[in-house]
Amino acid sequence: MNRIDQLFRNKKENVLSIYFTAGHPTLNSTVEIIKTLAQEGVDMIEIGIPFSDPVADGPVIQRSSQTALDNGMSLKLLFEQLRYIRKEVSIPLVLMGYLNPVLQYGVDAFCKKCAEIGIDGAILPDLPLDIFQEEYKTSFEQQGIHLIFLATPQTSDVRYRELDCQSGGFLYMVAASSITGAKTGFEEYQQKYFERIKDLNLSLPRVIGFGISTKDTFEHACRYANGAIIGSAFVNALEQEGSLKEKIQNYIRSIRS
Amino acid sequence: MDYQVNKKGFYGEFGGAYIPEAMYPNIEELQSRYLDIMQSESFKKEFNELLRDYVGRPSPLYYARRLSERYGAKIYLKREDLNHTGSHKINNTIGQILIARQLGKTRIIAETGAGQHGVATATVCALMGIKCVVYMGALDVARQAPNVLRMKMLGAEVIPVESGNKTLKDATNGAMRDWINNPVDTHYIVGSVIGPHPYPDLVARLQSVISEEIRWQLKSHEGREEPDYVIACVGGGSNAAGAFYHFLDSPKVRLIGTEAAGLGADTPETAATLATGRPGVLHSCRSMLMQNEDGQITEPYSISAGLDYPGIGPMHANLFKTGRAEYMSITDQDALDAAFRLSLLEGIIPALESAHAFAVLEKRKFNPEDIVVVNVSGRGDKDMQTYIDVMKKGNE
Repeated sequence: MNRIDQLFRNKKENVLSIYFTAGHPTLNSTVEIIKTLAQEGVDMIEIGIPFSDPVADGPVIQRSSQTALDNGMSLKLLFEQLRYIRKEVSIPLVLMGYLNPVLQYGVDAFCKKCAEIGIDGAILPDLPLDIFQEEYKTSFEQQGIHLIFLATPQTSDVRYRELDCQSGGFLYMVAASSITGAKTGFEEYQQKYFERIKDLNLSLPRVIGFGISTKDTFEHACRYANGAIIGSAFVNALEQEGSLKEKIQNYIRSIRS
Repeated sequence: MDYQVNKKGFYGEFGGAYIPEAMYPNIEELQSRYLDIMQSESFKKEFNELLRDYVGRPSPLYYARRLSERYGAKIYLKREDLNHTGSHKINNTIGQILIARQLGKTRIIAETGAGQHGVATATVCALMGIKCVVYMGALDVARQAPNVLRMKMLGAEVIPVESGNKTLKDATNGAMRDWINNPVDTHYIVGSVIGPHPYPDLVARLQSVISEEIRWQLKSHEGREEPDYVIACVGGGSNAAGAFYHFLDSPKVRLIGTEAAGLGADTPETAATLATGRPGVLHSCRSMLMQNEDGQITEPYSISAGLDYPGIGPMHANLFKTGRAEYMSITDQDALDAAFRLSLLEGIIPALESAHAFAVLEKRKFNPEDIVVVNVSGRGDKDMQTYIDVMKKGNE
């Protein structure tokens, strides 16, 4: 069974998922970040594949992506780094990035490599539902890799239900009408949106991301979904002073204390 | 063969709408409504009136006697440089502002390279009293200063984009991020035949007035509607799309697009996408792209800010692939030479972008009876600093 499905079967609430950009802060920090996050009890990890033009991301992830590329990160090298990752951690691992590097690698080859390494899913924000279904669904399904879709506050109920049927593993609920980036709290329209989606009684687990940065926002989001994703705030924490391990421990403990 | 977009938004294998879900409601609305709006009588009436009375259309099709003598062919210039705001860009922005109004949008965003599209957008926003925000790469803000000031005088807010190479690609990233952040009240006036479907088709249709006019104007000059050659420069490719549009299904009309080779298509300092690129997805459409093996977009280079883009409209990628149109790489130096030649021979100072089209005249042999139409997509006022620098160097 796919590890993402397993996770949500065993854990219905307060699922904590962490995003970081592979190759940031240093080229070879990927494996240590994953191991430390798993040791700290994080439930799922999204490993960012850096891209030169991350149009759905805010300044923090734009910067980490550029740093990673400057450090020499590529999808090929990332797969190399992750080759033995399943000897180290057992929590679900998801690759998140833009479509073009995956296209150039080859979608079939990408899915096969994910399966070989033990990657459980992928999030590709610029691969829309219709093109996925027509061209790439078979490649993902044959290898048992979940393709996880995002939905936003502007997504209609009808479209939400469609995405709920088609998404793999869980549905990524984008919390705000915005690109990624940490914010201080939730506004009224977001509150109403969370309630609207909760009332839809969707079949897939839901995880809220975008704008989650603190213990408060994490817990708040978890009241309306099965869990939440932290990205920019964690990437930001990795850029502070101190050893990699300490920075990760301090940040995760500040969320989970 | 059909060179137009199909129902799913593709030109052959190129095009589509590779959009993040956050853009879905806006793109879906535009896809389902653009043709109805554009084909409505009220739209056509207002669009045509504005093109005539505000833009100054039809733009002349001018027989260039001295150029013709020099190159031994009948050379006509389509004078888009004489449009209000100085380029073909206004054809598109007039149409899109009417569409935006129909969609009930109250805020406009745009990307710009050379600043021509930014000025054309700021202009129509002033005309309609709608708020306007223009994203422009910080490098372009510096090298196209007069256009920045024009946009500001027209009431637009100009936001310099500091990421990447700080040029057109980065400006487009900035505009797309803005649209994701402002999904309800905002319409994005894309400036070229790029971006997600329906933009490439929508912009090509609005620019197609160029070739529509060429047909009847040439008929009155020469007694025939179809020239032997149509030549236009290509960055994203909107002026070329407009100049080619009504000749696509006339196989005898040879279509030539010119890409910016920068210092040379065989050097890293180039923006010649078709000569050096591979298929990929950027800015929500599948097209030819300058990229490395890992799929990272390569930073382009051209002396001309308007052609300094690592992709090309999907329509052109398809015309290239099918062989319907031919694309040539023109270096900075060849474009500069062509600009000075056109100035001296015809008294027309072209935009640096348009100068790339004129460089073809030096490289091709024509028959004396050949009718050649070159699209003068814009005028050179905005490029005077570059031209002045070249003249200074020449005097040293």
